[in-house]
Amino acid sequence: MRRQLKILEFTLSSLIRRKYKNLSLIAVYAFTIATLGSVLFLTHALKIEATGSLTEAPALIIQRVSAGRHDLIPTAYTEIIKKLPGVGSVTPRVWGYYYDSLIKANLTLIGISSYQDKLQLLEGSLPNNPAECAIGSGVAKAFGPTIGDDLVLEDSAKTRTVFKITGIFKTVSNLLTNDLVILQEPALRDFFSMNQEMATDLIVQVHNQREVKTLAKKIKYLLPDTRPITRDEILHTYDTLFNWRSGMMLAVAIAALISFCILAWDKATGISAAEKQEIGILKAIGWETADVLSIKFWEGLVISLTSFILGTLAAWIHVFVFDAPALIPLLKGWSVLFPKFQLTPAIDFYQLFVLAFLTIVPYLVCTIIPAWKSAVTDPEHVMRG
Amino acid sequence: MVYLLFLSFISILTAVLLITGSTEIVDSTEKRQLVKVLGITDLSLCSEARYTRHPSQADLFAPFQDFPGAFEHFPTGSIIPPNPLGFSSRILIQHHSEKFN
Repeated sequence: MRRQLKILEFTLSSLIRRKYKNLSLIAVYAFTIATLGSVLFLTHALKIEATGSLTEAPALIIQRVSAGRHDLIPTAYTEIIKKLPGVGSVTPRVWGYYYDSLIKANLTLIGISSYQDKLQLLEGSLPNNPAECAIGSGVAKAFGPTIGDDLVLEDSAKTRTVFKITGIFKTVSNLLTNDLVILQEPALRDFFSMNQEMATDLIVQVHNQREVKTLAKKIKYLLPDTRPITRDEILHTYDTLFNWRSGMMLAVAIAALISFCILAWDKATGISAAEKQEIGILKAIGWETADVLSIKFWEGLVISLTSFILGTLAAWIHVFVFDAPALIPLLKGWSVLFPKFQLTPAIDFYQLFVLAFLTIVPYLVCTIIPAWKSAVTDPEHVMRG
Repeated sequence: MVYLLFLSFISILTAVLLITGSTEIVDSTEKRQLVKVLGITDLSLCSEARYTRHPSQADLFAPFQDFPGAFEHFPTGSIIPPNPLGFSSRILIQHHSEKFN
């Protein structure tokens, strides 16, 4: 132990002699870890956010597919589905999109039936009559209205419809409500000029949650032009959307990993003449090969561990303090209404461990192997270069 | 010595931040109420295209809105791929020899 501490002390003094080179190495290494760590933290936090709140999403949604595309579903299907044993209720739903050509924003319009209870995350109230609406804070921020103002929407016939804003969703719920405009269902049906016999999709309430899959299969069998989507599938979507193989990981992490590989490769393909000379001198004054390798092991560990901790810390601050400004443009794309959100710092220690393993171990190996090659060579030959 | 002190400091700071974050109990009751009442199915994250706004609800053909095989043109489409939920149709090939048996 004491011997290893002495070797560590020697390693640190050796690293300090080349402080500018090693500090720049730590900076680049930590930056790579911070990039990878930021993606891990952001995707995991988004996944936790989605799976935490979407557990109350509809148990079963039935869509109609026509010519391979989502199409309006006949409300007559509700009667067929209602007859299936285990089905609680079937509710036709009306929702859709609205594009504002001035600021080029897409809004999501949802029709709801009357709801009297207080929604905790809504300032004001939900629409109580067809001339009222509630909006997400993204919509409020983009257009500037407050509660009591009017929202004027143009339907497909270019007729202007006025809705009084009775509620604005709080910013805490931004990740769920940012671009929403909530109207009463009959008002939205009129606005979309949607026939009474049609709906956007159907929500099926199921008594026994274990029967959801079986019911989905039965509905698909009875109504072959439908597409059942279960709550588990919605949650699974968000699980796969933000995992290791997600698009974001591929887009950012691969670039960071490649730059890390270049860093490690540069280290593995050779050590500098000064380092070779140092190894030669140590061997000449009687150091064993094992001691030289110990120095190189500690050197690799000091650099990689310092970089890893600094990188992880930087990633945490980047994602959970500054709300990931470097990664948000990737998610934003051309979205005009993009939510400003504060994520809960959720960490997956397994992913962090894998990241540590994938970055620290290869770097250690890349430090030790060239040093070993120099250490087993004749000291005189090494010192002469 | 200075280095060891610095390393210990950043290690403890990182560990505290990571552990505090992972043990923090988040109360999502209010968000769940919202999801239940409004029937929300997706995060309001990328609103540029319907298949990235509602990845769990969009159909498989949504990314090819102009014609089959059209290049993806929304940036977030590369981050949020289409998710084939609820589709069960299959292509079956019937060989010529089987046809006449």
